[in-house]
Amino acid sequence: MYTQALNTSDADDRHIEDAGRAAAFQARIDAEERIEPNDWMPAAYRKTLTRQISQHAHSEIVGMLPEGNWITRAPSLRRKAALLAKVQDECGHGLYLYAAAETLGASREELVDLMLAGKAKYSSIFNYPTLTWADIGVIGWLVDGAAIMNQIPLCRCSYGPYARAMIRVCKEESFHQRQGYEIMLTLARGSEEQKAMAQDALDRWWWPVLMMFGPPDQASQHSDTSTMWKIKRFSNDELRQKFVDATVPQAQYLGLTIPDPGMKQNADGHWEYSAIDWDEFKQVLAGNGPCNRDRLAARRKAHDDGAWVREAAQAYAEKRKHRQVAQAAE
Amino acid sequence: MAVASISVSETPLVLYTLRLADDALILGHRLSEWCGHAPILEEDMALANMGLDLLGQARELYSYAAKVEAKGNDEDKLAYLRDVRQYRNLLLLEQPNGDFAQTMARQFFYSAFADLYWRAMMKSGDATLAAVAAKSEKESAYHLRHSSEWMVRLGDGTAESHARAQAAIDHLWAFTGEMFCTDAGERGLVDAGISVDPASLRSQWLRTVADVVGEATLDLPSSGWMQQGGRDGRHSEHLGHLLSELQSMQRTFPGAVW
Repeated sequence: MYTQALNTSDADDRHIEDAGRAAAFQARIDAEERIEPNDWMPAAYRKTLTRQISQHAHSEIVGMLPEGNWITRAPSLRRKAALLAKVQDECGHGLYLYAAAETLGASREELVDLMLAGKAKYSSIFNYPTLTWADIGVIGWLVDGAAIMNQIPLCRCSYGPYARAMIRVCKEESFHQRQGYEIMLTLARGSEEQKAMAQDALDRWWWPVLMMFGPPDQASQHSDTSTMWKIKRFSNDELRQKFVDATVPQAQYLGLTIPDPGMKQNADGHWEYSAIDWDEFKQVLAGNGPCNRDRLAARRKAHDDGAWVREAAQAYAEKRKHRQVAQAAE
Repeated sequence: MAVASISVSETPLVLYTLRLADDALILGHRLSEWCGHAPILEEDMALANMGLDLLGQARELYSYAAKVEAKGNDEDKLAYLRDVRQYRNLLLLEQPNGDFAQTMARQFFYSAFADLYWRAMMKSGDATLAAVAAKSEKESAYHLRHSSEWMVRLGDGTAESHARAQAAIDHLWAFTGEMFCTDAGERGLVDAGISVDPASLRSQWLRTVADVVGEATLDLPSSGWMQQGGRDGRHSEHLGHLLSELQSMQRTFPGAVW
């Protein structure tokens, strides 16, 4: 197995962070060098990245569900094919993110088990339901748009495998975002019913999307060390502001109203948004979003229903290996 | 508010093309139902991949049927505004996904046929159909390889997977005969060199299927009754439910562009 060839965290714990190594490590980070799987790294760096990359992978996989909800009902063959391809892309992102996490010494199976047990997080946004076709447009436009804002800086993340995965993910996400915006544009230029559908979707998704950037800077637990290690390059609030500034003109072009009557443009050009309801965010993280239970139940069902298939593949692979060994011995 | 189904002038070539298009759409739709729910992520990718291939085939074939018919229909009208009796896909392909063994056995039986069929159709005298065949043959060759590998893994895997794979074969076998049937209209197209007689592919199909099933340590049913009707729009009860989902947006918002 690939991960066994690497210096795993168990081995690291034995020579716990001697100061010299830690300083040399930080010097490499400061010099913008990439850290690779076989390089020495502090256990906390490994732990932080394993958590972040696996959460990111879980988000891609759970994120297949709200959009997957519309594949069988997509309103045209072109939209159906595009949506299926998009959700397939997300699965691919999940796969290579799990692979990136595996370079840190965790296996995909154990990471998935943590998620299924409710012990690992995924993005809060996927705990909201997709009620109409316009939600598919909004997810592409705003959810993928917010993801891109978050992920572009990660292309320069200090950990090489994560940074490289992000380059590919960002390329595909920007394609998804354009696709989502194009769905919105079609709705905005459509019938009154379609325009209302688009506005309703924006109304429901706007605030949860702003929450995707995480808690406000003064309340964020992980930011300081992540910034020092150049995993994180911009603060939550900086990225949120960038996103709002980019999105407001897009909404205006669509003729849609952002559901924030208090929003105004400041003299410096930035759009100032009203207070975010962080209680809602906390509730969703605590498992009380509209779809938390459904999402986990769907992932668990797929996992449990598929157990016999995975066992069969394993059993067959072992039989084949034995046969090859027996043949070679003849 | 519902919207009325369209009528289609079913000349032999239009009807024939629709049959092929419906096969691809219905199976593609079934595969797309797996997305996000497969036994392993790699299989989520593979099932979506095969579904996308089939959706692509369906779109080309519907567009061609609409062009040949020349009555103002298009790919979406043909897919979304025909009712269950106007659909002409094989009964095999509308069967529910069931467990993973049933999905793979359905794919395997069909792909073993489609691969031979599209290869033969590459020589069609109809340039459009020959071009669709050339693309589809490459895709169905992959679908056949993928589903064959799974048949072997499941058949020769654990006792449970063996039993499930055998049950899937036994359940779906009665729907395989329809692949080799033709009617008078289609025979005219065969005589004109536009289509090929599927009956001529049967023995080769059976050899491929028997080889894989044998390697999988599974058994093929010796013979038995073969269900038919899909080609004439006499379907199982499953298709109506599939269509009510597939067509819900077009039926709910008549004439809207998405």
